[in-house]
Amino acid sequence: MFSICADPATIEGLPWLLCYLTTGKHILFYTSFGVVLLLMLITAPAALAFGFGGAMAARSHFLPLSLIGKAYTAMVRGVPDIIFFLFVPIALDQGFEYLRHKVKCPDWDQPIWQGNDFVVCAEAKLPLSSSPQWIHESYGFTLAVLAFAVVFGAFAANVIYGAMQAVPRAQMETAEAYGMSHRQSFWRILVPQMWVYALPGLSNLWMILIKATPLLFLLGVRDIVYWARELGGSKTSHFDYPHPDWRVWYFVGLLVFYLLMTKLSEMVLGRLTARLSHGQATFAGEMQRKAAR
Amino acid sequence: MKKLILTAAALALTAGLASAQTVRLGTEGAYPPYNFINDAGEVDGFERELGDELCTRAGLTCEWVTNDWDSIIPNLVSGNYDTIIAGMSITDERDEVIDFTQDYIPPAASAYMALSADADVKGGVISAQTATIQAGYVAESGATLLEYPTPDETIAAVRNGEADAVFADKDYLAPILAESNGEFVWAGEEIKLGGGVGMGLRESDTELRDKFDAAITAMKEDGTLNAMIKKWFGEEAVVY
Repeated sequence: MFSICADPATIEGLPWLLCYLTTGKHILFYTSFGVVLLLMLITAPAALAFGFGGAMAARSHFLPLSLIGKAYTAMVRGVPDIIFFLFVPIALDQGFEYLRHKVKCPDWDQPIWQGNDFVVCAEAKLPLSSSPQWIHESYGFTLAVLAFAVVFGAFAANVIYGAMQAVPRAQMETAEAYGMSHRQSFWRILVPQMWVYALPGLSNLWMILIKATPLLFLLGVRDIVYWARELGGSKTSHFDYPHPDWRVWYFVGLLVFYLLMTKLSEMVLGRLTARLSHGQATFAGEMQRKAAR
Repeated sequence: MKKLILTAAALALTAGLASAQTVRLGTEGAYPPYNFINDAGEVDGFERELGDELCTRAGLTCEWVTNDWDSIIPNLVSGNYDTIIAGMSITDERDEVIDFTQDYIPPAASAYMALSADADVKGGVISAQTATIQAGYVAESGATLLEYPTPDETIAAVRNGEADAVFADKDYLAPILAESNGEFVWAGEEIKLGGGVGMGLRESDTELRDKFDAAITAMKEDGTLNAMIKKWFGEEAVVY
């Protein structure tokens, strides 16, 4: 990066450290913070959508739909995360490739399962093996988002389901008395009021999501914990910048990052709670009303 | 903006041109000098040089991919990359699941490395990387096996006293021992394990295996492979 860094063996002290911290590998480490943040920002709304869908299905009066909703939350919540993350992306990937194979190579005569091997024609590969590496990485990232959304969606579904039940019955009765249809009272009365009940549970999930990102490496996405471990490990003179085991410093760095994330989240969630409590028939809403008077 | 459009167009063009089959080489990237991620963030090491040379000789376009050691075989058979070139020893158990080319590193010694030469390698606590032939050997040797997902952690375990010794390929341990300023020494005796290091492929991929096999044979015959082994593993390394 800098001209003085051309021959790392000859420099020492502060310039050495500066050069060390700007190697290509460190740049990858810094960008992986962006990857993790991006993952959280995409996963959170996606998981919320899965959760909302799951909760709506579970509340449905149509029996099969409500069974699907309940089965989804029960199954995903019951299976250990690590198994889920190993299984779902590979299964999704093979599922997609299987479908593409059926469409794109109808006259393929070999079996798809050959012993342990999963073999589809080259055109059905997802992504194509000739695609550049960044496409492979984005695809892996997408699978990761999907897996995270499915898992956290199940937990969110349970939280939202509970929150919907917690809205005072009197509110719904009033809506019915005004002549609102079932659909109208759901969207206009129930949904706006349930958020304040769902927020504590959802904020827990958000905090867990922040800390769950190291699972990304199971899915082939190189996240901050992977890089911290890789960079911190002791390096022999095969490397340009040999050093002893420095993992503790890298992990201290991660600790600071995670604490900052937690602090920031708490501030945002605190504001959100205050805002959602406004005008609600809850203790917090009542306190706000009295304070404003 | 113009530059951006140009790059995008160039990308689209090259994507179209690269219709020739790309072979994706899977490696661990944490096992110097076999394979590691260098300071520029790229795969480097003996296997990087070897793999590139083999691909040139076989006329293939190759791309490097890194994968966790634990899931390196499942991801091969499900087709996420086409070969494993990660210092993987040829064993009967692995051969049941995947196929190997002929060995490109002859069967080499595994060794115990400890803080003192009289460490108890037969009854003490020995660290080894998960799912390696060394871990399998320790489990049967009567010692207590302490497994870690990456090779680097097995060394750290000895340094901080969690394990009495680490058991791994001697070629991996040698540079670490040499640069430890006398902190580490060899313990016990060296043991020959496995049938050499080969490239792993899917069992259904016989065509690709034959291509790599032919390239390895050619490299063995003209002596380039021996030169490469000596360059990365030192003059005393076992050669063909």
